[in-house]
Amino acid sequence: MSVLSVRDLNVSYTTQAGDVPAVRGVNLDVARGEVLGLAGESGCGKSTVAHAVLRLLPVGARAEGEVLLDGEDVLAMKPGRLRAVRWTEAAIVFQGAMHALNPVRRVGDQVAEAMTIHRQASEREAFRRAQQLVEQVGLPARRARDYPHELSGGQRQRIMIAMALACNPNLIIADEPTTALDVMVQAQVLSLLSGLQQEFGLAMIFITHDLSVLVEACDRIAVMYAGRIVEEGPSDLLFGSPAHPYTKALAAAFPQIGDERFRRAPSGLPGDPPDPAAVPRGCPFHPRCPEAIAACAREDPSLLKLTVDGRRRAACIRVDRLGAPEMVP
Amino acid sequence: MGMIGLVILVFFIATALLAPIFVSSDGLDATKATGEPLQPPSLEFPFGTDDLGRSVLTLTIWGSRVSLLVGFMATLLSILIGAVIGIAAGYFGGWRENLLMRVTDWFLVIPFLPLAIVLASLLGRSLFNIILVIGVTSWPGTARLVRAQTLSVKTRPYVERARALGAGTWHAITRHILPNVFPLIFANTILVVAVAILSETTLSFLGLGDPLRVSWGSILEFAFSAGAGGAGAWWWLVPPGVAIVLVVLAFTMCGYALDEVLNPRLRRR
Repeated sequence: MSVLSVRDLNVSYTTQAGDVPAVRGVNLDVARGEVLGLAGESGCGKSTVAHAVLRLLPVGARAEGEVLLDGEDVLAMKPGRLRAVRWTEAAIVFQGAMHALNPVRRVGDQVAEAMTIHRQASEREAFRRAQQLVEQVGLPARRARDYPHELSGGQRQRIMIAMALACNPNLIIADEPTTALDVMVQAQVLSLLSGLQQEFGLAMIFITHDLSVLVEACDRIAVMYAGRIVEEGPSDLLFGSPAHPYTKALAAAFPQIGDERFRRAPSGLPGDPPDPAAVPRGCPFHPRCPEAIAACAREDPSLLKLTVDGRRRAACIRVDRLGAPEMVP
Repeated sequence: MGMIGLVILVFFIATALLAPIFVSSDGLDATKATGEPLQPPSLEFPFGTDDLGRSVLTLTIWGSRVSLLVGFMATLLSILIGAVIGIAAGYFGGWRENLLMRVTDWFLVIPFLPLAIVLASLLGRSLFNIILVIGVTSWPGTARLVRAQTLSVKTRPYVERARALGAGTWHAITRHILPNVFPLIFANTILVVAVAILSETTLSFLGLGDPLRVSWGSILEFAFSAGAGGAGAWWWLVPPGVAIVLVVLAFTMCGYALDEVLNPRLRRR
């Protein structure tokens, strides 16, 4: 059974201009020990999906559908149950560790916080366990007594990872864990995350716009556009031979150092992602799509299976003509 | 500037605490007065005597105990009310915030003195009541300040992270909001003490203080009603007056100095 399965999730934000849909019918499954990558431009709804998993959406947001954590619907939980589930079932590695740590409290106390909240340990025990966790993420245990400003950006992110592990969750949601870190530190943090994930057999959702990170860290990737999943598949295949034009554009936008072709003609995607309040009719991507035909403006495609087992899927009506690999006859 | 204020404060607080060692409280008892009435300053009575022959120095030293005690206790009460209301309003928001803030506004706009006079005369004249009166009338400024800071702190990501950890309201407020609002409350406290001491003086001067205890305000009241000014007995009015000015000034200087330390935007000005 999957640790997390999201069924037909819709999230909309209430604004003065009316309800703005941020996530429109997303389905996801993450199995034990699996790492799912969630990719997409800013504003495509990937962080909203992550926050919906623990029902951490802001006050004006409305979530519909089902979010099953170990078979239990998070969206239907009573507040007390919800609080008990948070962090013990699923934990988040927040983006921007700088701000997610309270500046006036020792980092060890903040790692221990989750354990004391869930009454898993006394404060003293919790701090001792926090020190072990700090060691586990590659920092000396005495660093638990430091304040956030005494740590570097990478060290703070390690603390955030230690914090996520505190209550032995089954699922870890890493929400852009490596943004704002320099490339060398990024690599260290990534390998730390992957190592811990394998060691504990954790399910993990990895959210980022950095495709090189995704391909390296994930088993499976889902690409989001305008609140939808537009393509899904095993990570090596997905960017090796993308089926959806959007995925192609994303993959092509990624330069390879030393490759002459990229220096001569840096490729990108023209235009901006659509305003969630006014998503284009038909396929939401068609105004920017280089391969759009007239039908694209009329028809809104759902995810089509590209392989028999359904592990590769894409939402594009032209996908068969565009020559996706391993096509279903 | 803060250092000067601190030195003055330490001097006065030490004097107040050590008063029983220096001078016996017998000096406050009119029946045990040793001096002649209304004597100008001399070696025996450095600040002269009052109309009952009591040493004004002794009165001023003992008066500092009541003035400072009322100042600190009233401030404690005021800060407590202000902090609780401010944090509650800022954190919960919505109709609760509206309700609490309208009550605060109401306390903010009604003039302090009439309200305090009415309350003091309703409750009766005692040390505890005067603390209560000053406490319940001086909290609205603190409440507004704390609410504003709470609004800013509660949107910080670590408060959201605490919610994600499964933290309840109480945990979020005591572990995350309060530690970050506390420096502001602390700086504010020191400024409120100055106001509270002035209020105590005012109420005592108007004859609403505890009649059984000597405070700087009540010395001034006695002096005023005994016609010290007309009799040329300046030594009876000046010591408590100067003491009040010095203490209030010292608290204000410390308050601003602290504000500067805690609020980076005020530095280098």
